[in-house]
Amino acid sequence: MPQKFDVQSIRKDFPILNETVNGKPLVYFDNGATSQKPQVVLDAINAYYATYNANIHRGVHHLSQVATQAYEDARTLIANYLGATHSHEIIVTKGTTDSINLVAFSFGELLKEGDEIIISAMEHHSNIVPWQMLCQRKGCKLRVVPMNTLGELDLEAYATILSDRTKLVAITHISNALGTINPIKEMIRQAHQVGAKFLVDAAQSVQHMPVNVTELDCDFLALSGHKLFGPTGVGVLYGKEELLNQMPPYQGGGDMIANVTFEQTTYNTLPHKFEAGTPHIAGVICLGKAFEYLQSIDMQGLQRHEQELLEYATAKLQEIDGIQFYGQAQHKASVISFLIEGTHPYDVGTLLDKMGIAVRTGHHCTQPIMDFYQIPGTIRASFAFYNTKEEVDVMIAALNRAVAMLR
Amino acid sequence: MKSIQEIEQEIIEEFEVYDDWMDKYEYIIELGKDLPLIDAQYKTDDKLIKGCQSRVWVHAEKVSDKLVFTADSDAIITKGVIALLIRVLSNQEPKDIATAELSFIKKIGLQEHLSPTRANGLVSMINKLKLYAISNAA
Repeated sequence: MPQKFDVQSIRKDFPILNETVNGKPLVYFDNGATSQKPQVVLDAINAYYATYNANIHRGVHHLSQVATQAYEDARTLIANYLGATHSHEIIVTKGTTDSINLVAFSFGELLKEGDEIIISAMEHHSNIVPWQMLCQRKGCKLRVVPMNTLGELDLEAYATILSDRTKLVAITHISNALGTINPIKEMIRQAHQVGAKFLVDAAQSVQHMPVNVTELDCDFLALSGHKLFGPTGVGVLYGKEELLNQMPPYQGGGDMIANVTFEQTTYNTLPHKFEAGTPHIAGVICLGKAFEYLQSIDMQGLQRHEQELLEYATAKLQEIDGIQFYGQAQHKASVISFLIEGTHPYDVGTLLDKMGIAVRTGHHCTQPIMDFYQIPGTIRASFAFYNTKEEVDVMIAALNRAVAMLR
Repeated sequence: MKSIQEIEQEIIEEFEVYDDWMDKYEYIIELGKDLPLIDAQYKTDDKLIKGCQSRVWVHAEKVSDKLVFTADSDAIITKGVIALLIRVLSNQEPKDIATAELSFIKKIGLQEHLSPTRANGLVSMINKLKLYAISNAA
């Protein structure tokens, strides 16, 4: 049973939070880009390389067996966390981008000219470009669900875009630039009614809320380890067993084969069919640790804390003269995108940095969203569960100082 | 007329009085606010360098044997750094511009604005000025 949520004790798990930047205590509000790592994950990286580093799935020697076991245990743990039916439905990738590219290539091979793929107006470039590439390759058509000015998807339009030509819908669970939590469970149900498959881009959601693939009934789900307190360079693609079995391999190499001759190669079974070459073994083991860590957190408490931060920061920011928010959906994660009249986000970001505060400025890899609002970019503060109201106060004071300097 | 190195040295000395980041940026912002850097007729798309974050317009012309630069940006800090670069590079001979190392930027602690990943358009701007200088150096 997880302990009651206590932000101060959680902060002790993250050594980087004690760092100073430009002589000021670090205030890290760029969690949408990447999260910080708890000590248990850092220790696991070290333990792997210090005590049982070996290549997996092949060696008969002791270390290889220990490493293989740890790697596969991590897969099982992740499968359980996400509510997958089988652990071989968890495919190890480099991250969300890689997971989406895998589906675009491999599932894409099953598509034909005239088939349609639906995405939304608030997708990250990594959930746009792979589909455009697929459309070019196969002659498919990309359809886009529009959004309103609050940053909410137009579900009526979605219902009209869906048709028997729709083969796949790929939508973000939470918008990285706007914070919108999309009603994907309902969207998945509607996609299934027309026989389409559904991919959830969960890069921004697993760290903020419980995500269960069986409950959602999604066909694919993509996530990045580094955004949920694990290492960079490792991520997950969940896919339903039946679908993954139908799909051709994405990349060829070692580990993904059953038998190779110069005439013909037969492929390995799931999940290995999609894991060519030596994977990021340490990364996967440590991602398992990150999930284990997340499991130890009181998720309800986490959600309550992040919502409080969101509401507190939004109210405080509102007091700044000339502030404009981008993304005011009714259901929002702890992400705030804004601009302040008379200032450029680059300038604000630079000055906040000098005061020890890490925020993101720019288009957040979502240029279509910026075009929609006709702005070059925003300032984005994205909170994790280890952030505090005191840190929000530091940011507000710094913003006021920056604005006074810039106007 | 002062040389590029002399002006760089001047700027380094000016910045020595600031031991606090915010004071330093206060000064850069002043530079950015004060200088009318480019004629409106040159603030066109063909003069635009589109950084990922801030945009920079740059115009170069040859006046007798020297090159004269004017530039602008939508971000004030970027504009302040531009003001320093122009103070150093404008009104100099092409061969001196082409070989200028611009080490003063690092010495006054602003090198982060010139990192290729910063994507504010400044690196592209310097490249453009140097290319222009090289093509006029013959």
